[in-house]
Amino acid sequence: MIPLVPRKSAGKRSRRFTRAPSPVLAYLTPWATIAIASYIASMPTATSAPLMPPLGFLVLLSWRQLHPGLLPVWAGLPLGFVDDLVSGQPMGSGILTWSIAMIALDVIEFRWPWRNFSIEWAVAAGLIATYIIIAALIAQMAGGGFTLLLILPQLILSALLYPVVARGVARADSFRLTRFWAFG
Amino acid sequence: MAPKSKRRTGYSRRAQYSDFFGYIAGFAGVLLGLAVLLGSLSNHAGFAWARSAASDIAVPIGRLVAGTRAGASNVGSTLAGYFVWGSENAALRREVAAGRVRQVQMAGMADENRRLKALLHLTQTDPKPIATGWLIASTASSTRRYATVSIGRMSGVGVGMPVVSPLGLVGRVVEVGQVSARVLLLTDAESVVPVRRASDGIPAFASGRADGTLQLRLLTLAVNPLHIGDAFVASGSGGLYWPGTPIAVVASLTHDGAIARVLADPGVSEMVAVQPEWNPVADASLAPVDGAASVSGSSASSHSHSGHTSSSHSSSGKHHQ
Repeated sequence: MIPLVPRKSAGKRSRRFTRAPSPVLAYLTPWATIAIASYIASMPTATSAPLMPPLGFLVLLSWRQLHPGLLPVWAGLPLGFVDDLVSGQPMGSGILTWSIAMIALDVIEFRWPWRNFSIEWAVAAGLIATYIIIAALIAQMAGGGFTLLLILPQLILSALLYPVVARGVARADSFRLTRFWAFG
Repeated sequence: MAPKSKRRTGYSRRAQYSDFFGYIAGFAGVLLGLAVLLGSLSNHAGFAWARSAASDIAVPIGRLVAGTRAGASNVGSTLAGYFVWGSENAALRREVAAGRVRQVQMAGMADENRRLKALLHLTQTDPKPIATGWLIASTASSTRRYATVSIGRMSGVGVGMPVVSPLGLVGRVVEVGQVSARVLLLTDAESVVPVRRASDGIPAFASGRADGTLQLRLLTLAVNPLHIGDAFVASGSGGLYWPGTPIAVVASLTHDGAIARVLADPGVSEMVAVQPEWNPVADASLAPVDGAASVSGSSASSHSHSGHTSSSHSSSGKHHQ
């Protein structure tokens, strides 16, 4: 554990070297941002049609692709549960699909280790499309409506929004590693 | 640069084990998700407590966002108002002049209506809202259409109660938390509301299509008598929804009914009121219906089997008008 003693008399330059990121923030930020994104997807407007991209899922994919190994393979279980609480999907839908997505990303990463952002975008777009269609089919089993025309706008919007979300996650990552605590 | 693969754990036993158990937990998540999903598909209310708790926590933020949203939309209309105020002012003046005449006519009709109702020994039933609150969230990314209101058990809200906005019916309460409640919107595919045409009382069923419109299905099999622009109100058949609550306006015709646009679009209704359930049996002025089971207005799922008695009820609904 890093000693949490603030250093009083240090110049700006030396402070940069003697400070370390907060371990709490470093580990909590990805989980917190994904859960908050799940909540935010339901907040901005009470729409009468599904149009909002599944923000929680997008942020999960972004974290996973930005930092392979930061979230464990089983992260889909608790985070999918939180998403189920607010998404309106039948309970278990998020746990199932998010867990599968985490394993799928692991396989993709192992199979094709050489990637750039456009490939990551394509992978994410494919996963998002699959996720939205499977989620809609699950919702249909629980009594929801389903036509391809109904989810098509949401599908396109989500795929296009992915780079923006990835950018936001990169911001959150730099916040995650903010150097707070001084040592030495 | 190829990222370092997490699978190569090296010689560290600890890293090997934690990686291995991570994968086991990952696949356990898949199996658990499948089990929970199958459980919740057979029992919808299974995790109601967890959902209610989650929405209770989010109520303060939701209210803040809802308030900002209302303010933001006002800013837009205020700005737009500067550009159209001249023509709008003239149009409003004409409307007010016409409206005054109509008001006098309406007062006369209301008086006549009251006298006729007194002749028929009908009592005026006006639902008093149980509580009013904000529409703070909706399931905007799912094909299921649920919304959350910022009032719950503490305000007297119960499962099955209709939720209305000033423009018409929004939906009905399906889950109740302490300070929030989950509302099944009219446009959800699971929602079915018995309706009648406002002008002549043709009975129909309005079921959601999950895209902001309703499918109207007529009960009578004849030439489609509907026209674009026909307004539909709740008929009150089977209880639950108060007769006369505005529902939808026909937008396009189909061969056996019509597609209708919901009047109380949840996107523009910020404030909603929760009404008590309408229970036709409690209204002594109405004729008793055959069999107590046909009027299960207190049951949350009554809409699904209200079809058996809709004809008898819609006739009583017409009397009520």
